[in-house]
Amino acid sequence: MKETDIHDKFLHEENKKREVIAPDGSIIEIDPLQDYFCDARPQINEPFKIKVIEKFLNWARAESIWVLGFGTGCGSIEIPPLVTPRFDAFRYGVQMRATPRQSNAFIISGYLSVKTLKRVIRSYEQMQSPKYVIALGSCTINGGMYWDSYNTINRLDHYLPVDVYIAGCMPRPEALLAGFMKLKELIKAGKAEKANEYIENLDWYKANQKKIIRDWNMPDYNW
Amino acid sequence: MKKFIKDLSFRFNITEIEYQRKNLAFVSVDKESVMQMLSYLRDTEGFSHFVLMTAVDWIEDGIFQLTYILNNPTKKIDLAIRIKILRENAEMYSAHHLWNQVATYQRELKEMFGINFPGSPRVNESFLLEGWDNIPPMRRDFDTKKYSEETYFPRPGRGTNDPAQHMKIKLYPNE
Amino acid sequence: MNKHWLNIGYDRSKYPETGVDGNLVIDKTAHKLVKLWQGPNHPGVTGNMSIELTISGDEIVEAKTHVGYLHRGFEKLFERRKYIQVFPTCIRLCVAEPDYNEYNLAASVEELSGIEVPEVAQWLRTLVLEMARLQSLLRVVPGQGGTTGLGIGVQWGVYLRDLILDRFEELTGGRVYHMYIIPGGVRGLLPEGFKKRLKSTLKEIDEFIVNIDNLMFSNAVFKKRTIGVGYIDPTWVDSYGIVGPNARAAGFKRDVRKDYPYLKYNELEFDPQTATESDIYTRSRIRWHDLKMTVDLIQQILDKMPDDGIIRAQTPNVLHWKIPKGETYVRSESSRGEYGFYVVADGTEYPRRINLRGPSYTHAVSLLEHMLIGANIADVASIMVSLQTCPPEIER
Repeated sequence: MKETDIHDKFLHEENKKREVIAPDGSIIEIDPLQDYFCDARPQINEPFKIKVIEKFLNWARAESIWVLGFGTGCGSIEIPPLVTPRFDAFRYGVQMRATPRQSNAFIISGYLSVKTLKRVIRSYEQMQSPKYVIALGSCTINGGMYWDSYNTINRLDHYLPVDVYIAGCMPRPEALLAGFMKLKELIKAGKAEKANEYIENLDWYKANQKKIIRDWNMPDYNW
Repeated sequence: MKKFIKDLSFRFNITEIEYQRKNLAFVSVDKESVMQMLSYLRDTEGFSHFVLMTAVDWIEDGIFQLTYILNNPTKKIDLAIRIKILRENAEMYSAHHLWNQVATYQRELKEMFGINFPGSPRVNESFLLEGWDNIPPMRRDFDTKKYSEETYFPRPGRGTNDPAQHMKIKLYPNE
Repeated sequence: MNKHWLNIGYDRSKYPETGVDGNLVIDKTAHKLVKLWQGPNHPGVTGNMSIELTISGDEIVEAKTHVGYLHRGFEKLFERRKYIQVFPTCIRLCVAEPDYNEYNLAASVEELSGIEVPEVAQWLRTLVLEMARLQSLLRVVPGQGGTTGLGIGVQWGVYLRDLILDRFEELTGGRVYHMYIIPGGVRGLLPEGFKKRLKSTLKEIDEFIVNIDNLMFSNAVFKKRTIGVGYIDPTWVDSYGIVGPNARAAGFKRDVRKDYPYLKYNELEFDPQTATESDIYTRSRIRWHDLKMTVDLIQQILDKMPDDGIIRAQTPNVLHWKIPKGETYVRSESSRGEYGFYVVADGTEYPRRINLRGPSYTHAVSLLEHMLIGANIADVASIMVSLQTCPPEIER
């Protein structure tokens, strides 16, 4: 079976092409996945032309890492200690945000089932560039505990670009802080360019994502 | 407990009785009398707490074993009822009218084992999986390792050893 | 399609209207309702799950729980692992309090193969289970305040929970996942000075218990938001399979530690509280009493337990360990209620089937869907937290 056929099989009723009657009586043909969303390809976020300003911007980005509060796996149990007074990530400019629009870092806290991966991709693509991904735990590196499970992915970097990996099952809050410091170094050096890499290799990432997410039901790029 | 099971076996056709603990017994009954038995136990004998319901795949015999565990909160005893149903076109009567949470269990069993429960609410909606396109994953003939290797890009370099063999080679190489 | 959907003269405030029986008359197919998803990316859900709400104004007319975001296929993975390999895997079933998984599996394996656990190991297991309950309650009790905007209690609670995790680290080497209880016993004795340090931590928690009482349970906003909200009818307790603190708040004295004493709970003095109001406030209050009781229990365990002795019974070589054919169901009381393992062994080195009965399975799916009807959107988070749902144990 071809891949597109599989996606058609799981297409929801409300996303199918259909004809509707407008209030004035005329008949309109709609294709929800094309019409309701912008299908423009995402653009690469070019660095600022003047180097000093780019350096300043990178410094500013590094000091204000706003993390999307989406606990995708069991690693999310170590987030509350991280942001409360004992480990106090706020002193490094790290804080939790509720929506993807306000955040620029995504902590993938552990294993990702296929169902979550779909939501993660959607949330990631809604975040504003420049954006960074921190992969927490062994399960994002090679599957970890769940390497032979039928519902969890083995390697996160085939579906999303990863800036920093934090190994462990599960990593301690100190390890998370070390990961943030590493991310800061990368951003300050201008090396945290994975979001651009994602856009450059969008077709490869999309093919990988579509291979396992059969219930696709969303536009190709949810910006 | 023993006396109670004896009384029960007069009413229903109990084929097998196994006392696991002082307060836990496993009884086997046939498929037809199980709904009667469940409502009798709930309404008359005070087994009002439905603990769990699950299936076990005995692929070598070609059957699914369904287990209902009921609990009597006042007498503090548990009764597990086992039913054997055929693996092919597996179908069972729905018990959602007795306890409200049973519908959830049946939805899971339908998805994970492919056992059908006609009449159970929302039984055909997917529960845990999304876009599953294979045989139900909890059946024994589904190979999760093979599926994972084919689908999820395993990172090369990961080896698996049989623990017993590996320990023997590492610790006692000369034996 | 309704032709009059743009009719200006239509008064939307009239919908839905009150019927003869006093309830709202709602036609779910009338295209006049809004669908709202709460979760999975939402600060107001417990863990990674979502609820599909159909709302009319601010009132919920239909709710559907969607789970499966954390499904890892554990029960399939267990079939591929030897019994000793199941242990490090099964504790990942529930991250909030992993030790109950260890205990349940160890107890069922011991029961099936007829192993007696030494005295000291039983005491140590009781201690670890109570510590696990304590750290879970320290997250949940103030967390209830967090859902109504009272963030300070959460900060205190998370800090104190961290102190308990430090004690765990000292005892077991792991912070969140401990793997301390193994078949036949436990992995080690208490380190030197452990009792003293744990007692000083308990002293801090005693202070917190008083403070949270003043801060949260006397708070006017908290009372207003929770008293009378999220009512569980006592008749639902059996028909929806409600257990633990949620059942105790509805007047049913259900506690596995009292009803089916395991480990050393026979020798400890405790009295689970019950109440009859059965709203969010009462459930939260019952958990607060549980917290107090747990601190007291740990004190008792530390005073009564012997210091030294055999901590592990003789077991066969775990790599070739064949469990005799049989089935059993073992339960223990987690902070959320009855937590059970149904284990089927077929006489080989691999388990045939291990099935988990988590309290959230009934609380978060069928009960929550039923409870949310008629609630306001703002109360959804409070109701969810008051049931203390933990999604990983639903989907496994």
